[in-house]
Amino acid sequence: MKKLLTLIILFTSTVVSAGNLIINSNQSGASSKAGFDAYVDAFRAAHPEVTVVVNEFEHEAYKTAIRNFLTAEAPDVAIWFAGNRMKFFVDQGLFQDVSDVWADAGLNDSMASSKGSLTVDDKQYGVPWGYYQWGVYYRKDLFDNLDLNVPKNWEEFKSVCAMLKKNGITPITIGTKYLWTAGGWFDYLNLRINGYQFHMDLTAGKVSYEDPRLDATFDHWRELLDAEYFLEDHASFSWQDAQAPQINGEAAMYLIGNFYVPTLEEAGVKDKMDFFQFPTIVEGVGVAEDAPTDTMHIPSGAKNVEDAKKFLAFMSNKEAATNWATMGGMLSPNKYADKPTDRFSIMGAEMLAAADDIAQFWDRDANPDMAGAAMEGFQEFMVKPDREDKIRARLEKERARIHGAL
Amino acid sequence: MTFWERNQLKLAPFFFLAPAILIFLIYVIYPIIDSIWVSFHEWNGMDKSNLKPDGTPNWKWVGFKHYIMLFTDDEEFYVSLFNNIRWLVFSLLAIPIGLSLALFVNQNITGMRYIKSLFYFPFVINAVVIGVIFTWFYNPRYGALTLVLGFFGLDPIPFLADENLATYGIIIASFFPGIAYTMILYITGLTGVNREMIEAGRIDGASGFTMLWHVVLPQLKPATLIAVVVTIVGSLRSFDLIAVMTAGGPWGSSEVLAYKMYQESLFNYRMGYGAAIATILFLIMDIYIAWFLYRLFKSEKTEK
Repeated sequence: MKKLLTLIILFTSTVVSAGNLIINSNQSGASSKAGFDAYVDAFRAAHPEVTVVVNEFEHEAYKTAIRNFLTAEAPDVAIWFAGNRMKFFVDQGLFQDVSDVWADAGLNDSMASSKGSLTVDDKQYGVPWGYYQWGVYYRKDLFDNLDLNVPKNWEEFKSVCAMLKKNGITPITIGTKYLWTAGGWFDYLNLRINGYQFHMDLTAGKVSYEDPRLDATFDHWRELLDAEYFLEDHASFSWQDAQAPQINGEAAMYLIGNFYVPTLEEAGVKDKMDFFQFPTIVEGVGVAEDAPTDTMHIPSGAKNVEDAKKFLAFMSNKEAATNWATMGGMLSPNKYADKPTDRFSIMGAEMLAAADDIAQFWDRDANPDMAGAAMEGFQEFMVKPDREDKIRARLEKERARIHGAL
Repeated sequence: MTFWERNQLKLAPFFFLAPAILIFLIYVIYPIIDSIWVSFHEWNGMDKSNLKPDGTPNWKWVGFKHYIMLFTDDEEFYVSLFNNIRWLVFSLLAIPIGLSLALFVNQNITGMRYIKSLFYFPFVINAVVIGVIFTWFYNPRYGALTLVLGFFGLDPIPFLADENLATYGIIIASFFPGIAYTMILYITGLTGVNREMIEAGRIDGASGFTMLWHVVLPQLKPATLIAVVVTIVGSLRSFDLIAVMTAGGPWGSSEVLAYKMYQESLFNYRMGYGAAIATILFLIMDIYIAWFLYRLFKSEKTEK
């Protein structure tokens, strides 16, 4: 019924068109929908001459629907993700260049930190509206009981793990059933060891998976695997399943995104939890963080480009920007936006502000095909580290098929 | 006599069949042909006339490349194919188990009706729900299986996280509705068993297993036939339980052809490659169904 309604709206709107601004949104969760609605209302108030029509999609269904509507019946604004996910549509000529919005609305200054993830060939193809940090969420009470401090480097991290394990606590919880959590570990180990540029070259398919520089990444990972610091049988668990040991106090640390916080609150353990930045591994390597960015774009087939650009430029309005992001549990990419008030968001904002570079996340930076194959390989490595050579050879073969020989 | 009046009887059936045939052509035959056509092309599912960043078109004729890749250069394809065979062979176990259950509940005891409906219950539940229930059951930390094993002092078995066990773990879950279905087939079959023949068998000294094997089973042949067909087609189509229980993992070891096709075409944007997998699955089913129909017609002829 909802789909039918959407179709009717789409159809009638193209007939009336002209002054209408049609937006396709994936903000289907209760809190994120409220945030988006607030932003749209603020925009309506500021631009009464524009009639906004929002077509709302369910978050997961949107991922497949977007391929159809961008080619068949393009809206004026579409919500999407930065990085390779955006580049795929840019390469297909389905998103418009919005560099002028960046220049005119002062986004080059206020959104400077996210600019890279929306740039292809020196042009910007979208405007960010929210992002969130990744890092280690840990049980502060367990750490305090054992007099453990937040680890700052690799040696400290390992000794914390060893102490926890000795006391019968699983040091690190993880659920790799849906693979991407393993991608997070690879991201951080590789970013801390080989740095941002190498990591980006790897996700772009410009570096071999058999490159000797990756040896160190896998070797470090292996130190944790051989010592059995990760939750046992993690391949059976989804990321939600893996929360249980931490909430029950049986596991201490979880490398995950800030979207974990609402669950902690519901489970009533938020007070016992704290957050720390993934420790340094190689001194002198620039600090890069994973911070997936959610974005807005103007499809090439948009009919009302003028109003669409107004809508994107409205992100320079700091109240509207702050509202949308915080209501959706995210951080605003606008550096003039009001500071977040939630403890974890504050830590995230500070950490990201100080970061040298921001990566999107393994499966948003890499080509979808390669990302899937690689994460499967990471999962296999985490259970069968002895197969490292075989796994890397297989990934290199995939990479060569997708990106061509080096 | 007009043309219509003369040929009315001959033509009427075609008019009655026409809507069904039309729909069958549009929704079954055309997609099959189209899938086969797509399998000879490289296609990312986007506008066919557009160019990719490397300058090649989105839609490109590649001939048999995908089939050659599948058979010579894709280990996962063989893993999936082998898993399909495992599904085919092991899911047949549901039939004897269903038969024994049917024999067990086919007794005149008060309350047996309720027990029958309880046994049939799993077939009514959605496969996704069964998948979720069994995922909890297998959970190596908190699952029921782990508790039972722990009671006997055994270590937990991480069924779904072990590359060698995952497929079997899912097949066992598929027994849950599969056994219920074959049981109901056999219960209906048993009501049609000729009492006189059983009496005759008893007089000739048959009892227990010989009675079952030589007197009862031959009369249940139609039920067995349907049970085998439905189980085998179901096992080749297996997808939902895999998607829910392991998502093809760990590292692709529990994938079957249908799941791999879904993965390649919808997640990896490789429509042509996915279509090639679909075509092979289609051929496997075709060979089996052709063989089956041949057997069916032959046995019907001999009976006449």
